[in-house]
Amino acid sequence: MTATGPAAVREALEIEGLHKSFGSLEVLRGIDLVVDEHEVICLIGASGSGKSTLLRCINLLEPIDAGRIVLAGQEISADGVDIDRIRRRIGIVFQAYNLFPHMSVLDNVTLGPRRVLKVSRAQAEADADELLARFGLADKRNEVPDRLSGGQQQRVAIVRALAMKPDILLLDEVTSALDPELVAEVLNVIRELAASGMTMIIATHEMSFARDIADRVCFLDAGTVCEIGPPGQVLSEPREPRTRQFLQRVLEAGRL
Amino acid sequence: MTSVGPPIVRRRRSRISWRATAIALASTVVVAGGLAWVVVNAPGWAEVQTDFLNGPIFWASLPGLIAAFGKNVELFLIAELLILPLGLVIAVMRGLPGPVFFPVRLLATVYVDIFRALPGILVIFILGFGIPGLAIDGIPNDPFFWAIVALTFIYAAYVSEVYRAGIESIHPSQDAAARSLGLTRFQSLRHVVLPQAVRRVVPPLLNDFIGLQKDTVLVSFIGVVEIFRTAQIKEAALFNFTPYLAVALVFIVLTIPLARLTDWLVARDKRQRTAGSAR
Repeated sequence: MTATGPAAVREALEIEGLHKSFGSLEVLRGIDLVVDEHEVICLIGASGSGKSTLLRCINLLEPIDAGRIVLAGQEISADGVDIDRIRRRIGIVFQAYNLFPHMSVLDNVTLGPRRVLKVSRAQAEADADELLARFGLADKRNEVPDRLSGGQQQRVAIVRALAMKPDILLLDEVTSALDPELVAEVLNVIRELAASGMTMIIATHEMSFARDIADRVCFLDAGTVCEIGPPGQVLSEPREPRTRQFLQRVLEAGRL
Repeated sequence: MTSVGPPIVRRRRSRISWRATAIALASTVVVAGGLAWVVVNAPGWAEVQTDFLNGPIFWASLPGLIAAFGKNVELFLIAELLILPLGLVIAVMRGLPGPVFFPVRLLATVYVDIFRALPGILVIFILGFGIPGLAIDGIPNDPFFWAIVALTFIYAAYVSEVYRAGIESIHPSQDAAARSLGLTRFQSLRHVVLPQAVRRVVPPLLNDFIGLQKDTVLVSFIGVVEIFRTAQIKEAALFNFTPYLAVALVFIVLTIPLARLTDWLVARDKRQRTAGSAR
């Protein structure tokens, strides 16, 4: 019934020649990247290689200096684009969760749907309860974020992003701030999302997780895409010397 | 062994706290007693007693003063209700980003600069005498009206700075999280940034509120008959300063509980924040 074969694959996101500087510091020096629908891309690279900046640029949280970002055929980096309308289609989850501390879990999750999508409170809460239950957070709906563990907070942050029913989800080192024993619960949530077909770009330091979940792994180095390909190739048989060096350092740090 | 430890420690601690209390008490008695001795033995003590601490005059003037204090209460309650939203609007205006909003930012900045620079009594004089003096049709010349306007303008400048500090204390990641959901700049401010900012600045806002309460006596100079003006009238009639002391007492009774409440809120806020950061 559904179309199969190459014709069914559509581009969720296309990035061309993306440049971004902070003052005199050039963080992104011409990024090209195409993400297909339902594809999971893992961004790896050293701190400062531009992973977070790339995600923030895609979400239009940072204005870009040059290049194009095209979301499902629409150039979102063009002048005159309604940024607020674009952002609701792109979910982002931050390393430090960034939950709203003055609101209950439920209100954190329903804020976007109610205020942006103008969904009724009852409908938004019903949707939120369903999502919270799906990720094992049903009993936390009335808690404030500070009373939750880091892993729970990060799962709430993911649910908050999902409540907007985004076309694509950006995950910015979402397990880096977590205690080691809490990492798995968050990674499992992401695995489930990948299985459900969510298009995702995941900046991560978890190499084994990247190998496990990614359709392609993208190694960023000094603001450029140094190497991109299937995880088996990039992580096991890297072609680029810089990729090899990076993986060697990760290996020495015991993270592979 | 271990079960013996705690009682000894507790006994020692209680002995220490007893000693501390005793020392504090003794030093207070010495200082207060010394001061009292100096005052009572001052050459003018007898005159001060009749002119400032006159019991019969105190009790005779107190009911009238308390009645007049109703005007002060009216002044600071109405003014505070106007100050809180106006200060917030000014603070938000000062925080609007981008070149488009430059005139708005400039206006708000100039407003705050001017009203913080001017002594309050000057603002009260200028507005209270100057504007009615223009005799423009439809502009009220009621001193009470201009008293409210003057106090509101003065304190809105201070309060806007308090709000601004609160807004700036909210980490930009909160705004980023809100905007990433598609909330507009205004929605993010309204639902995410301001609720947190305002909660943080409740103690300094209360502090300014106490300042406002005291400054209501300044509007007596443009002819509002409130507690201070009433005390002046009584003083002039009786050639006795005791009514002023009664006024002082009224303000102390009003402000000290508010000051304690502020301290308590600050302490609670600090406790909550340290509890949060310990996690």
